[in-house]
Amino acid sequence: MHRKAILFLSPSWILLLLFFITPMLLTFGFAFTNLSLTGTDAANIQFIGFQNFTNMFQDPEFRISVFRTLIFLLFSAVVGQVVLGLILALLMKEKRRGFRRFIGVIVIAGWVTPEIVVAFCWVAFLSDAGTFNAILQGIGFEPITWLFTFPMVSVIIANIWHGTAFSMMVFQAALDDVPKSVQEAAVIDGASRWQIFFRVTLPIVKGSIVTNMMLVTLQTLGVFTLIYTMTGGGPGNATQILPIFMYNQAFVNYQFGYGTAISLVLLVIGTVASLLYMRFMKVKL
Amino acid sequence: MWKSAKGVCVFMLIFILVTMAACSSNTESGDGKKELTVVYRSPGSVDSLKNFFDSGVVDEFEKEHPDIDVKITPITASEGDYFSKVALQMKSAETAPDVVSEDTFMLNSDANAGYLEPLDDRLSDWGEWDNIIENLKSGVTAEDGKVYGVPSTSDSRGLWYSKELFQEAGLPVPWEPKNWDEVLDAAITIKEKTDGVTPLFMQVGKANGEAVSMQTLEMLLYGTGDTLYDDSDKKWVVDSQGLLDSFNFISQVYDVEKVGPDFSVVMSGQSGNVAFQQLFPQKKLAIALDGSWNARNWAENGAAPIENVEEKIGFAPMPTQNGQEPGAITMSGGWAWAIPSKADMKEEAWEFIQFLMEKDNSINRSMTDGNLNTRTDAVEVEEYVNRPFAKESQAYLENAQFRPANDKYPAVSTQLQTVVEAIATGKLTPEDAVQQYKAGVERVVGKENTKVAE
Repeated sequence: MHRKAILFLSPSWILLLLFFITPMLLTFGFAFTNLSLTGTDAANIQFIGFQNFTNMFQDPEFRISVFRTLIFLLFSAVVGQVVLGLILALLMKEKRRGFRRFIGVIVIAGWVTPEIVVAFCWVAFLSDAGTFNAILQGIGFEPITWLFTFPMVSVIIANIWHGTAFSMMVFQAALDDVPKSVQEAAVIDGASRWQIFFRVTLPIVKGSIVTNMMLVTLQTLGVFTLIYTMTGGGPGNATQILPIFMYNQAFVNYQFGYGTAISLVLLVIGTVASLLYMRFMKVKL
Repeated sequence: MWKSAKGVCVFMLIFILVTMAACSSNTESGDGKKELTVVYRSPGSVDSLKNFFDSGVVDEFEKEHPDIDVKITPITASEGDYFSKVALQMKSAETAPDVVSEDTFMLNSDANAGYLEPLDDRLSDWGEWDNIIENLKSGVTAEDGKVYGVPSTSDSRGLWYSKELFQEAGLPVPWEPKNWDEVLDAAITIKEKTDGVTPLFMQVGKANGEAVSMQTLEMLLYGTGDTLYDDSDKKWVVDSQGLLDSFNFISQVYDVEKVGPDFSVVMSGQSGNVAFQQLFPQKKLAIALDGSWNARNWAENGAAPIENVEEKIGFAPMPTQNGQEPGAITMSGGWAWAIPSKADMKEEAWEFIQFLMEKDNSINRSMTDGNLNTRTDAVEVEEYVNRPFAKESQAYLENAQFRPANDKYPAVSTQLQTVVEAIATGKLTPEDAVQQYKAGVERVVGKENTKVAE
């Protein structure tokens, strides 16, 4: 019986090993080499120890990219998508079905739109001669070069617009699962609406919140297309978060090894953030 | 049950084998001809090289070589992405093209990586090699001293200026500044005497990548007598008086005298198009330090045609810092035809390159794409020289300098772009910029490969 199970599982194991685990280990290994797309290093890969990492931590560009990544993460993922998603889900709770559907479809439209299309929509909206400036001029304001003057705010808003629906749906499902009887019991005990929310509802949906925050965080750490299309990481380096920095090192400067090392740092940031959420919310997954 | 399962397995095995065979590389096209793949970068909508190939050149070659089927496969991508894609293609014999168009600044890196075939043996038997401009040959020679490409197009850089605006401001036309101060003074005069005009445009926005290094910083630096890289001891020069002076000039233009364009224009990746397709034709830009290829914007079929353009716009040589020898300077780049080391039809590829470089074909290509020709005898062809600005652009090649033929150049160039932008926006003083550049280059190339100029 046991042997048969191994036999039947082996194809999937082999595939996983070949296409998933091997590349992962290779990535880890390449971070310690001078792997390059072109040049002498491309013909002659060498193990260079921690040099990529020492270079990285000495690079002021890298440090500021990490800082920007955290800002982007905090405002577009945690504050933006999670909080806004929760508020939307709460507001829609126990509203009429038609209303829920109507609002739901609008929010989800942002989520189902492919990232590249979202980026183009926002460029069209915020560009110097874009829709938003046309409206502003129509009501008598001076046009503003949004993508140049407020680049970080622009990409954060675009990412919130794109991602909020996901959080909203997760929270809707979680809130629907909160038993009515518990809330009714709280009402009978004389709890106020705020107390019910913070003391009863929130603790029950805590698990969903942490799971959602982790998913949204990992998703946001991987945002590339949106920013690359909207600002290219600029102006200057104002919106160069780690994925863009990594791309520039790997595909503009052709230093693949260095780029791979940066990707490991991204992985660490994602892991640390996830652990922090779990610790902070006292949830075990 | 088992019988049919076995049948299914056998069928699937055959299916897999057949598809794998169909996928494997195959240089025979359907009619038994050998397929010669040619790869180059297409900028997208206006692909002048494609127009050139389609104008009958390929047909003619195929007629002369009935056994060869030339397959033109442009890669539509930005410059940076093109280099990545081509490098990945050349890595494997399965995907390597037979003829590849290489930017001369990537040629050395790709040669060092072992992606390209040295051409020296073939060149010695090729009579036309002597007709290629001598100066350009250093651009296709790698660090190992071997030649890896045949220069196919070239370019020069200089000062574009609006003759109309110069006349309005009472500046001399034709203009030929003798040193940097005269350039700056002209820009200041324009600022004082005209209204709503950008006096001097130089690329400083990181979004424009290599243009910042080559069109701005190197055009200045190589006119001071200092260089980025010392070929004699193979070290990067990270600190020199020339570098500081170049940074100072950028600071003067953008930060002190404020004669540069609006930052919202110059920081965007579209700044070149805005400058040459909108500002110049609208008489809103007086001077721009940029490349010879911009002239094609104003041609009849260009993006922003200007009638009698030579009466309205001029192309002056970029002076050296204090007018020292040779008086003017240009950086030069351009593209070359090369053969990947993993190409499977090298002989045929070489035939095709020779064919493309024949005088008529080479001139015809320059006529279609507006770049400079790489042959010495091009200047004898009237229709070539009579194009607007062709004579000046071609003449500046005499003082052409090339970017360092070193693998690390792209990474060093990125460091330059960062500090140049910071200087222009006033975030770094020129002195601090030198220090930051020094630290940055030491990090990417290793301190042992750098030096400070005496």
